[in-house]
Amino acid sequence: MLNSQTITEGNVKNPSLENIAEVQDFWVLLKPRVMSLSIFSALVGLILAPGEIHPVLGFTAILLTALGAGSAGALNMWFEGDIDARMERTKTRPIPMGRLTPGAVLGFGLTLGIAAVSLMGLLINLFTASLLAFTILFYVVVYTMWLKSRTTQNIVIGGVSGALPPLIGWAAVTGSLSLEPMLLFAIIFSWTPAHFWALAILCKDDYNKANLPMLPNVAGLEKTYIQILIYTGLTVAVSFTPYILGFSGAFYGVIAIGFGLFFIWKAVELYLKKEEKNARSLFFTSIFYLFAIFSGLALDRLLFGGVG
Amino acid sequence: MPDRSEMHRKMRGRNFAVLAVLVSLVILIAVATYVKLGGGF
Repeated sequence: MLNSQTITEGNVKNPSLENIAEVQDFWVLLKPRVMSLSIFSALVGLILAPGEIHPVLGFTAILLTALGAGSAGALNMWFEGDIDARMERTKTRPIPMGRLTPGAVLGFGLTLGIAAVSLMGLLINLFTASLLAFTILFYVVVYTMWLKSRTTQNIVIGGVSGALPPLIGWAAVTGSLSLEPMLLFAIIFSWTPAHFWALAILCKDDYNKANLPMLPNVAGLEKTYIQILIYTGLTVAVSFTPYILGFSGAFYGVIAIGFGLFFIWKAVELYLKKEEKNARSLFFTSIFYLFAIFSGLALDRLLFGGVG
Repeated sequence: MPDRSEMHRKMRGRNFAVLAVLVSLVILIAVATYVKLGGGF
């Protein structure tokens, strides 16, 4: 929570040009980059799901998923105002800058979340709405409020919320879940640690300042490199399952092998060279990898019907 | 002292952007409701 030193009565009640909130500040609260992964993975879930959904309802489901993700981002920033103020990476966010009060951010996040879940229930189906509500609550309560400041496994368990959007897209079409969307979940869930620990290596000093128990700070870099290697291998192994179980065809199989080997190589390179530039390279590779894998799954279905 | 006209310009821009987003959302919700209730295009 924000302490009173970060925001003063003065800079809220007597706004100057520097601390008047603009549309941009509300946009930042939505964590647009995190949101883009949610939109993309939910869209792939929607494409892969059997059955049909009216394009307007499909678009609505994706938009509501995005709003739900945005509300989770805003509620995260409301809770972490004082932590954000201590970190270089986050100190220019709207609350530490005094451009938005914690109360305004809380109101914005709650309104957005309640609206997104309610509309999902009314316009799509109740099951999808409950999945969206669970995703938001997991990110805000379990990850942000409970795990993040308590354990090095914070992002491992917190990865559940990031891995749920493809299930939301799938459920919007079918109203239920099956093994195939669970594999999509498993891919993102196993991918999350390598991705975030690569970032945590780069922001090690920042996390120290904020007193957050990220793996590189607590267990050391060597153990982090090994953990990254293990989770990268696991991710690539899991990414083969849609092909092995016959949910996707040879096109996807080739993509999973090609990009999987590249992802593993980057993790091995970090383990061997142990330099910051290798962590940065792995971080960007992990984003590129997930995009490629999910695009591969969607294209395989759209172009070849998913049979090899 | 802040430049009042600059401040007003920013606030006008903000209000317009928020209004545009809200109107778009209302239209989308109306169309989605129409489709959900069985209406076709």
